[in-house]
This record gives sequence, structure tokens and C-alpha cells, in this order.
Amino acid sequence: MRAVITVIGKDMVGILAKVSTICAGHQVNVLEVTQSILQDMFAMIMMVDIEKSDVPFEQFADELTALGNSMGLSIHTMHEDIFNSMHQI
Amino acid sequence: MLNARDILETITMIQEENLDIRTITMGISLLDCCDSDIDVVCRRVYDKITTKAKRLVEVGEQIEKEYGIPIINKRISVTPIAIVLAGCLKKEPLKLAQTLERAALAVGVNFIGGYSALVQKGFAAGDRELIESIPEALATTDHICSSVNIGSTKSGINMDAVAEMGRVVRRSAELTADRDCIGPAKLVVFCNAPEDNPFMAGAFHGVGEPDCVINVGVSGPGVVRAALAKAGNCDLTAVADLIKRTAFKITRMGQLVAKEASRRLGVPFGIVDLSLAPTPAVGDSVAYILEEMGLECCGAHGTTAALALLNDAVKKGGVMASSHVGGLSGAFIPVTEDAGMIHAARTGCLRIEKLEAMTAVCSVGLDMINIPGDTPAEIISAIIADEAAIGMINNKATAVRVIPAIGKQVGEELSFGGLLGSGPVMPVNPASPARLINRGGRIPAPLQALRN
Repeated sequence: MRAVITVIGKDMVGILAKVSTICAGHQVNVLEVTQSILQDMFAMIMMVDIEKSDVPFEQFADELTALGNSMGLSIHTMHEDIFNSMHQI
Repeated sequence: MLNARDILETITMIQEENLDIRTITMGISLLDCCDSDIDVVCRRVYDKITTKAKRLVEVGEQIEKEYGIPIINKRISVTPIAIVLAGCLKKEPLKLAQTLERAALAVGVNFIGGYSALVQKGFAAGDRELIESIPEALATTDHICSSVNIGSTKSGINMDAVAEMGRVVRRSAELTADRDCIGPAKLVVFCNAPEDNPFMAGAFHGVGEPDCVINVGVSGPGVVRAALAKAGNCDLTAVADLIKRTAFKITRMGQLVAKEASRRLGVPFGIVDLSLAPTPAVGDSVAYILEEMGLECCGAHGTTAALALLNDAVKKGGVMASSHVGGLSGAFIPVTEDAGMIHAARTGCLRIEKLEAMTAVCSVGLDMINIPGDTPAEIISAIIADEAAIGMINNKATAVRVIPAIGKQVGEELSFGGLLGSGPVMPVNPASPARLINRGGRIPAPLQALRN
């Protein structure tokens, strides 16, 4: 199963590194990363494979949300199907 | 491959525009719980609900977390209780009301709908007892919703039931006068009631439905309004297209959640209800969509036309997004549950007569309207009869959920809290329809019924 991690907020040093560290710590493989600056806001979108994750999805998502809160960023981790179903026929 | 813009659009819809799944409703048939002994029935009903729906709330919360999409309510609809009661020697519906309440608390759902009777052509065993018990059932429970179907295109309008329901609505308000008259906020009087509606207070599980089924109701007025705001000054064809596209996306999400819930619970998927259901939160209002379309205030001339376009475009966009569409499917216009409607009603721009016209082109009826506390039962019955006539002639569901504000007058407010919201008492025409209502009998089914 694949999930999409989105990070939105003010750009700062180490965002990608910190998110990747959490992924690596749980055997979550990063498949693709795109990032852009939209109206002064930093937006990073990461596609990850959570098939081999060593923690339940909820816990993985909560850890990332907590990281976001500590850095003043908004981080959402969602199953990729929600985007597929909304944007692809 | 997904692109960044699409992903960010979804996140914005959920985070800023109040996109959510309004309800996952599990329909449970209680037909196999019938017995001549009411206590046996109660035991079977409790056991069946708590077994079937044991994991409903848990699975709902799991999906919410995994997909990152809020699921506001987890609910249950059951076979109309009047049918379950019919075979009992002692017809004591209040025992069943208390049983449903205990079952709701045990499984943790927000509401159980189905304290209902279907009397569009007349009263069968159990119907009268159930209807008489509605005020007390609603006053002594917190999680039970009730509905009564008093008419249909196929069978006409049962005016004896209409007369009775005026009294039942009033009595429900009187018994809960100390709690802002919350009783009638949980009671819907229908014409052409859909049997697979997942939305409260009118949800019940029809007799043609399977033993157990998952129905999902989507929401998202805020998303539609935001899309229109971004589009700026386009013509109405473009407005309709934009609403269709947005409704499609919202419904696809509903379909995904419905299928996933059905798979995880091992219960068949029934329908997705494509409704735009507002909440009192600012930004989650159907009235604001109509205003975004170009009205100074909801209720102005032009409101009916704007609502007709909205309702139709929501259906057209949604219908391709789901394999099975059902329920009410359209725009809801409950006054106290919609920030824009509340504002329009307070300023006097939105009146009950305009709301009645609006119900001819949208998916529901006169919904969550506070009326003066001294409104006689005959006037409430006449309001019900008017709505039922609109539904009967136009082959559509209509409903009445009015709340007589006991001890209050026009301009004063009732506040129910939560999704039921709050709002002003609206004026009703005080001229008496008593003689019409007291005639009783049935309004014959219209020509539209003869389609075979």
C-alpha cells in the first residue's frame, strides 16, 4: 500500500531530512518526492511505500503529525487511494 | 501519476473547506426479531444491533485516520419499528425505544433512525400505537430519530395521519420545552420517503433492503462555494459545469469510503447519497453557495432558480462517480443547520413561503424551521399537507421537520447545539386551515401515479 505525505508550511533547513528519517526508521520506502514554493509557502509531496512498515499506519501518521507540530508545519499522511479516486477516472 | 496540484486541492478541500463524509449509516433489518412477546423482541433487537454494529464506530475511525478524511457521524437505521411491533400481543413501543437507546449507547453511534411508521395509505397493526408514543419516546431518549411517511405519489396523502402528526409534533415540543423543544428536531414527516436514506432524522431501513447494508452520505457545501468563488464572473452554464465537477470529486470520495467500510465490516455496500448537507459552521453552508451564485441574500427572488441549478448539477456530477446512488441525493436546506440560512431568516429575507417553493426543486422539504410556540396543531398539519402535496405531484421526497418553540414568539431563538444548530422563530400564516384538516380521509393518488 502506498501513502502520500504532504508537508506545507514555511521553508526551513532539514524538512526533507527529518521526514525521511522517520520513514527510514519504520522501513517505509520513499518512492518519489516533489517540492515547490507556492505563494511563499513550502509544499513537499512524498509518495511512500508502507507495505513493509513496522508500525500500524495510524501510529506512523501520528508521528509525522507530531513532527509537523514541533516544526510549525502541517503534515498530512493519507492513503493514496483518496487522491486516485478523486482525481482519476 | 498524481500531480501536486490535485493533491494540494484535496488537502485544501478537507482542511479549509470542510469537506467530510457526513455519515456512514449501517442499515439493519429487524424483521427476524419479531415475536408475540414484546420482551423477547426487545432482547432480540438489542442483540442483533449490538452484534451487527459492534465494529461500526471502530472501522469508521480507522478509515478516517487512514484516508485522512473526517467521518462526522456513524449511525444506524433499522426497520420501521411499527412493523417490528405489529406482531406483539402487548403493543408497548416505548420499551423498544428504550432498547434502541441502550443499543445506541452500547455501540457508540450518534443516532439510531427508524422509530418509524409507514402510513401513506392507512394504519396497520402497530402504527397508531407507535405514532402516539413518538413524543414520549423522543423526550426520554437522546439517540433515537423518528419518521412517519404520510403520503406518496403512488398512494396519495393520508389526511388522518397528517392531522395526527400535527398534534404529535406539538406534543413532542411541549414535552421537551425545558430543553429548547429538541423533541421535534428528531422527527420527520415524509411524503415519498426513501428507504435507503442514510441521513437523520429521516433514516430508516426499508423492508425491501437486505439484512444489513452500508450507506454513506457525503457533504461538502464549502467546497462548492470555494470553487465558485475562485471561478469569478462566469455564466451559469460554466457555474453548472463547475458544480458538476466538484460534486464528482466529492462523491468519488464517498464511494471509496463506502466500499472500504463495506469490505472491512463484511457488509454489502448499499448506496452513496449525493447530498450537499450543511452544518452551522461558517463556510459549510448551502445558502452561501446560492449567494456566491449572485444573490444578495438567500431568500431573495431568484433563490429557487439558483437552487434548482445547484440541485441538478450536484446529481449530474455525482451520479457517474458512484456505482449506486440513492437516499435523498440533492441539496439540503435545513434552516437552523446552515449559517447562511440562519442569517437570512434572522434578517427576514428568508421566509417560510420561499422555503416551501425551494422544496419543490431540491431534495428535501421544510427542514429545521422554528415556528411560534402558539402555532395550533392544525396549522402544523396544514404545513405538512402542503409539503406532501408538492412531493406527491412532483414524484419526489418531501419532508417537514418544524419545531414549535413553546413559550416563544417570532424573533426569539432556539438553540439545539451540535449539528442541529440554532435559529430564530419564523412567522407562519395564522389563518386557520382547521376545517380542511379536520375533514380527514385521503387525498387520492394523482394521475402521475398511473404510469403502468
